Amino acid sequence: MDLVLSGDQIAGLEQIMEEELLKRGARHAFLVDFSGNLITEGGELLMEDLLPLAALTAANFGATERMAGLIGEKDFTLLFHKGNKSHIHFSRVEENFILVTVFGNDVPLGMIRLGSGRAREQMSSLLRG
Amino acid sequence: MAFIDMKKREIQSKLVYYGPGRGGKTTNVLHLFKTMSRQVCGKMVTIDTRGDRTLFFDFLPLSIGKIMNLNIRIQVYTVPGQVLYNDTRKLVLRGVDGVVFVADSLRIQQQQNIDSLINLEENLREEKLSIRTVPLVFQYNKIDLAETSIPTLTVEELQNDLNKNHQLPYFPASALKGFGVYETLREISKKMIKSITIKLKDGHLQGVGG
Repeated sequence: MDLVLSGDQIAGLEQIMEEELLKRGARHAFLVDFSGNLITEGGELLMEDLLPLAALTAANFGATERMAGLIGEKDFTLLFHKGNKSHIHFSRVEENFILVTVFGNDVPLGMIRLGSGRAREQMSSLLRG
Repeated sequence: MAFIDMKKREIQSKLVYYGPGRGGKTTNVLHLFKTMSRQVCGKMVTIDTRGDRTLFFDFLPLSIGKIMNLNIRIQVYTVPGQVLYNDTRKLVLRGVDGVVFVADSLRIQQQQNIDSLINLEENLREEKLSIRTVPLVFQYNKIDLAETSIPTLTVEELQNDLNKNHQLPYFPASALKGFGVYETLREISKKMIKSITIKLKDGHLQGVGG
């Protein structure tokens, strides 16, 4: 089933990311579907980096889903990659979407987890319509 | 699964290059990346092994113009061709909107071509898609080797092996030399856009607004 989101729905998703993640200090936040489509984004990263990031996010989640299956889990709903200066936090939204947050050392992980959790709830209700 | 963003007025769709291992899927995408302007194509990402084989996939985003006042973005992927990596192929096929089947003209690859097409059909079925309805074109790669002493299949043989029941567009090509690559992309893009346009006109895409 193809997905169409109206201008209002996209604006709503952008506002949730702004309020819950970017205002808490995230460098960038974006929403991806499991096919690798970039649904919406906000922050400081360039589009030329975001499109591959979106594709790799979907692949990453797909691969860990298979890992989960091997240890008796359906999937992992949360992933986190820690770097030296930049980190990425992923969390699933509904069945088909992944919320990705890129942040630096100036923001505690707990803050991002809190923001992601709140954003996920609001996005779920918006996407369910 | 195509995604339509009515705020940016953009359609995103997914094109997958499928076929047996070492058939030239990555070489096709690499040719596009090397020869297209940066306005049309973005950064290419490759996840391969040290042995130069695709481990997970290649990825290249293309912006190919407008239809019905919507910008068209095609996200190009390749799958790993080796039989072993079927789980990865299934992952890459998730939400596919169009397929280029890259067959290898080397005679020694005849059975691998047939097996790979059967594998595509099975994996599409798992995605609840039919090989008969998904936009699909064939490319017969390495056709230039017919001029050498290396045993190759003729176009007629490849057609008989792969396309007899489908009667779909096919393109003899040499991805390494660059011929047939754009012709293949042009045809599959047309088919994908036509498929999305029909859905748009028929109102099968729900939730359009804004």
